[in-house]
Amino acid sequence: MKIKPLPPLTEALGMYEKVRLIRRYEERIYYLFLEGVMPGTIHQSHGQEACAVGMLNHLGVEDYMTSTHRPAGHCLAKGVDLNAMMAEMFAKTTGCCKAYGGAMHTGDLAVGAVPAIAIVGGGMPLAVGIGLSCKMRKTQNVVVCFFGDGASNEGAFHESLNAASIWDLPVVFACENNLYGASTPVGKVMKVLNVADRAAAYGMPGMIVDGNDVFAVQVAADEAVARARGGGGPTLVELKTYRIGGHSRNDACGYRPKEEAAKWLKREPVKIARERILETYPKAAAQLDDCDQRVEAQLDAAIAFAKASPDPKPEDGLKHVYFGGN
Amino acid sequence: MAKMSIAEALRSAIAEEMRRDERIFCIGEDIDIEGGFGGAFTVTLGLSKEFGHDRILDTPISEIMIAGAAVGAAMTGMRPIADVQYGDFLFCMMDQLVNQAAKMTYMSGGAVKVPMVMRAPIGATTRGAQHAQSLEGFFTKVPGLKVICPATAYDAKGMLKTAVRDDSPVLMFEHKLLYGSKGNRAEKDALSPIGEVPDEDYTIPFGEAVIRREGTDVTVVANLLMQYKALEAAKVLEAEGISVEVIDPRSLVPFDYAMVVKSIAKTSRLVIVEEDTKRNGWGAEVAATIAETAIYHLDAPIVRVATFDVPIPFAPIMENYVVPSAQRIADEIRALMKK
Repeated sequence: MKIKPLPPLTEALGMYEKVRLIRRYEERIYYLFLEGVMPGTIHQSHGQEACAVGMLNHLGVEDYMTSTHRPAGHCLAKGVDLNAMMAEMFAKTTGCCKAYGGAMHTGDLAVGAVPAIAIVGGGMPLAVGIGLSCKMRKTQNVVVCFFGDGASNEGAFHESLNAASIWDLPVVFACENNLYGASTPVGKVMKVLNVADRAAAYGMPGMIVDGNDVFAVQVAADEAVARARGGGGPTLVELKTYRIGGHSRNDACGYRPKEEAAKWLKREPVKIARERILETYPKAAAQLDDCDQRVEAQLDAAIAFAKASPDPKPEDGLKHVYFGGN
Repeated sequence: MAKMSIAEALRSAIAEEMRRDERIFCIGEDIDIEGGFGGAFTVTLGLSKEFGHDRILDTPISEIMIAGAAVGAAMTGMRPIADVQYGDFLFCMMDQLVNQAAKMTYMSGGAVKVPMVMRAPIGATTRGAQHAQSLEGFFTKVPGLKVICPATAYDAKGMLKTAVRDDSPVLMFEHKLLYGSKGNRAEKDALSPIGEVPDEDYTIPFGEAVIRREGTDVTVVANLLMQYKALEAAKVLEAEGISVEVIDPRSLVPFDYAMVVKSIAKTSRLVIVEEDTKRNGWGAEVAATIAETAIYHLDAPIVRVATFDVPIPFAPIMENYVVPSAQRIADEIRALMKK
């Protein structure tokens, strides 16, 4: 793909700051988790920050996003409140799902972030329905549907891409191919080289993008979103990326060759974003450092907010089985 | 008042609701292709003439997508009525129904509503094992779903309207032998419970059972087709001096325990009849709850009459044997009266 010039400095810095926020959010969560102050399990998105920010940066609050068991980056990029996300991780009533959802169901539909779907591929048919809803209500809204390389082997993938295609729905299918479904290398479970190659089977365009370069992702997203918004139907965007952490807690990644990991970590998203900004805007170093500091301050505040927030009452577990309590 | 079959009553409910609320649409396989069936049992036949194919949406054969699209649309401002040709196909969409539809409101801390209806025809009708199961009990196990099973035209129309207006996912089970479908979709051996349906708009709240026949000696709780078999048995037993009360629960989640308890306070005997297989069915749940809460009203053990724990066989002779018949229900009641 042809390299396009960077957006204006303010926007580029804004994107960098979000990438950095996701990175540090995940790193801080990891240590909080190791400290034992946070319940549950974690599936972390550091390494894949550019996918989330690039795909969602130009979306409006009324556009939608569906996510996976690895939702933190997507949710931060879609605009879910940081404090509410952190509080959800601590299982507090101020959490974005009031402590009913947890890490794997993070979201806030009020900002278009569908509570994350932790069944692999399970969110894809929902994205079809949301696209249908956007079209039937005659809105100009779109839905970005995140999933992984693993989900592209699910039946839900096939049914969803086919339906979105025949109905020309405003859906962008964003496949974060991080090369592993849990511990299984993608080459062992897929005969084609790229997930994007599968787009042809549905008569939709497929794009292959450097998923670690937030600016490249945004260029691809703009094209796919414009097509969706304009009634041109769905696109399958494959974002080549790599996890920095394991699949979930307690995963030392013994299945990943050291050379492969080293190669990918050399071009991780925060580093690439910083380098590309400095190439175009050589005097921006101090502003980048300011972004880093702001991120730490926001995270400090969010952690403090979450820790100070109230726990739910045990019997709250009996509420919200049906909407409106009926 | 108009006289209608259940298929006609459902069609009229859908049409009236779609006129009332433009957020409502139908989605399913073969639901109104020109020259096609109008759904497997004609319920949606002809609706696209008035509402167009955008709101009577024919889909690929993609059950996961149908259910998931209904969930996604429902979460974002629409009110879908989804449809499977045979209830057995619900198993293809279990993740979407059980993990997504049923849990979305809860996982979001009560923030997200999922106002969708999933309609499914059930019942053994000489189609063999995979187009025959009675699945309503299966879904009563899932917190977050409402489960209804209307067996008359009046109930079908009123309860579908209630379901469409509900903000939680509702699974509606309809019996193939009760639709009264006409033409080449008519079922052999179907009952045709043509019923009176009011002209004016009405709804029927969930969780309210009805007494189909009053009696004093034994209470029979039976849904869908089994209710008609129980009424047939009750008629035979009346001649033998046994007075049978037949209750149609109409909805399984929520369930009207109060009416059952009131009835057994009078009769002291309880029989539950269901077409689902016996093990862990909804009948087992009703029996257990009555045993927990109202056993002192009973003078004899609770009896469950259900399909034997086997897949549904093809041969009509075998099918009629494994599924409860009026005769089997009558025999069980006679035996109970001797206890």
